[in-house]
Amino acid sequence: MDKAFSQIYKIQGGNIYNAGKASTEIKSILKQLGINSFIIRRVAIAAYEAEMNVVMYAKHATMTFEVTPKQINIIVEDEGPGIADVSLAMQEGYSTATPEMREMGFGAGMGLPNIKRNSDSFKIESVVGKGIKLEIKININ
Amino acid sequence: MKLKEIVKKLKLSVRCGENNLDRDVTGGCASDMLSNVIAYSKKGDVWTTIQIHANIVAVAVLKELAAIIIVQGREPADDTIQKAKEENIPLLVSKLSAYEVVGKMYELGVGRN
Repeated sequence: MDKAFSQIYKIQGGNIYNAGKASTEIKSILKQLGINSFIIRRVAIAAYEAEMNVVMYAKHATMTFEVTPKQINIIVEDEGPGIADVSLAMQEGYSTATPEMREMGFGAGMGLPNIKRNSDSFKIESVVGKGIKLEIKININ
Repeated sequence: MKLKEIVKKLKLSVRCGENNLDRDVTGGCASDMLSNVIAYSKKGDVWTTIQIHANIVAVAVLKELAAIIIVQGREPADDTIQKAKEENIPLLVSKLSAYEVVGKMYELGVGRN
């Protein structure tokens, strides 16, 4: 499949205030490409939640953003603690956020479920102590 | 309903977005958990929260919300106001609790979107 567009973002863990940069940029690129606004919203939500997860839990990550004629792919590979029980993390309401994060309104336990809800294909691979790989695909049509 | 009517009737203080009060509000949501708002809010909602940090603006932009009402007399952080100005998200402030603000909005006819 031909790649119409591809971009790699580096995301640093730890700085909550800086978060949302990659997803904001992705959103504006998709607007420029003339993608339907419903699709843009799905991609932006998935990208934002993935970005927030890196910022809150991981050391750093690369986010690869690809637009092909048929779909939008977001691949996030982080270096961090990983998730011990992925099926638990996929349950709405389950969170390992710290009290500080919760006070700020993070840790609703809805990050991964929100990503899944807004994706057409969602894959997560976790290695405890190493990191997580997320593969998100969203169809354009 | 126009946002400016809500501002007037609820006596909200406008911290930024004075030029965007003509927009339509089609519904509302109330939550302090950001991902919950991302999941359940709808375009055109006014969002009631006690959160004051800049990420609330990112969430409002993401979901194309009409405005944010910060309740219980809390004040948005400076960088929140800065970001809201850049993104054209009105930031409104009320001394009332979320419960009261939402109740008053329902009285005005602003229900679930």
